[in-house]
Amino acid sequence: MSESFLNVSGVATAYGNIEALKGVNLAAADGEITCLLGPNGAGKTTLMMTIAGILKPRRGSITLRGEEIAGRAPRHIVERGIALVPENRLVFPDMTVEENLRAGAFARNDSANVDRDVQAMFARFPVLDERSTQNAGTLSGGEQQMLAISRALMARPKLLLMDEPSLGLAPLIVADIFRIIRELNDDGTTIFLVEQNAHMALQVAHRFYLIEQGQVVFDGVPGEMEEDEVIKRAYLGAEV
Amino acid sequence: MIVDFVQNTLDGIFVGSSYSLLAIGFTLIFGVMRRLNLSYGPSIMLGIFAGTLLYVEFEAGLLAVAVATVAGAVLAGLYVERMCFWAIRRGAALASMVSSFAIWMQLEEIVTVVFPERTYPFPPLADFAVEFGEFFIRGDHVVMFACAAAITIALHLFLFRTRFGLALRAVSRNPAAAAFVGINTGLVLFAAFALASAIGGVAGYLIAAGDQQITPYFGLWATFKGLIAMTLGGMGSIPGAIAGGLLLGIIEAHCGWYLGTEYRDLASYGVLFAFLVFRPGGLFAQRQTVRSQLAERRV
Repeated sequence: MSESFLNVSGVATAYGNIEALKGVNLAAADGEITCLLGPNGAGKTTLMMTIAGILKPRRGSITLRGEEIAGRAPRHIVERGIALVPENRLVFPDMTVEENLRAGAFARNDSANVDRDVQAMFARFPVLDERSTQNAGTLSGGEQQMLAISRALMARPKLLLMDEPSLGLAPLIVADIFRIIRELNDDGTTIFLVEQNAHMALQVAHRFYLIEQGQVVFDGVPGEMEEDEVIKRAYLGAEV
Repeated sequence: MIVDFVQNTLDGIFVGSSYSLLAIGFTLIFGVMRRLNLSYGPSIMLGIFAGTLLYVEFEAGLLAVAVATVAGAVLAGLYVERMCFWAIRRGAALASMVSSFAIWMQLEEIVTVVFPERTYPFPPLADFAVEFGEFFIRGDHVVMFACAAAITIALHLFLFRTRFGLALRAVSRNPAAAAFVGINTGLVLFAAFALASAIGGVAGYLIAAGDQQITPYFGLWATFKGLIAMTLGGMGSIPGAIAGGLLLGIIEAHCGWYLGTEYRDLASYGVLFAFLVFRPGGLFAQRQTVRSQLAERRV
């Protein structure tokens, strides 16, 4: 593993009295795709929200390149270079596609470059260009996912958090999304990916973690063990 | 007969434009907070009394009175924001509403202690009338309508052409999504409150100048008018606030003429009731798909 880029250690996050994360330890290496697998309710989205600053951890430390970011406000975390593609996309439905992209650049102060980046997103995702003045709520699920990804990229992140990008999409679109993930990574973006679709995720990931009931129970490198074995562990429990 | 009808409708539109302004302020706060601020009218009332103070004690000119009114309303509004919204966590909508009622009582008490005579004069704005054919419009109503139109256009440009407007719309639609794109949601809420209070202050100034007097009951009156107009139009919708205000004005003008002024408020409550039963979303009910509701609830 190369230099540790994002480091999560001993992170616990609770909703009221219920601890959804009970001391999570993991790391994402610079330039890699790190994938977090696990069943529903294991705490995957909670971890994403905690890293993004939407939820405050009770204990533990989250560092980005050695700088502590745990518990900081979301906008500080975006400024430090972490952007989130949230579960269910959460685009702003009654704002236009272009306005959604501009909202993604809100933490930046270089408005001249923002214009250029909007054009760059349109070049990368022509379908968004075609629909630039349409309200985001009128886009299909796959298009909304592309918009959510490009909105996050508008922050020029060093680390992209992606929460279930394939959720609710047709298989053909899912393949598209994973192609985009691989391209983004080839361009140098470090990615931390949460996925239900373990098969697709293991094809792009450099390293994976399994999370179960708020704790990391296993980690490894795809290819080191049979994919079936990983999936079995991910969804049937580590002890199987 | 037809002349009366047209004249009443005109009066209704002109008076209604001030209701529209009140409703816009209300709906801005509701739109970004998803919480009701009952203290909206009383904080405007406090601003008007600040204007009256300058007028009565120092014989200040129109401009100074107007500035004091708006500034007073904004300060009172921000006080309400700190006490009832910032200090109470998001999601506790009922707690915010009830505490805004408490602050309402507090503001009213402050005014009745400082201004014990209840009714105070307020400087008139425009002492002319426009006549065309058989119709007649009060000069201050013309000014009121012009201000309402100008503020509506300015607000539209602000919301749809500026960076801050973009942030405000994002927060009002989905605060969590707005937060993780890097928008300072707390600052946006604070600024939205200031903006809404300023618009309310302008409305309060225009109404008080038209009445040429002010009492502590103005707070109750303004909260009712704004709340009814907002509900008729659709809560959280700015076009709805405009339409709701005009509709309320027109209804009142006609009922005042045909049924007598004592039935005017009864009629507007009746219409409100009918709307709540048959069209609870208001004229401009917000279109929101089930899917997006579900998606937003998950955060």
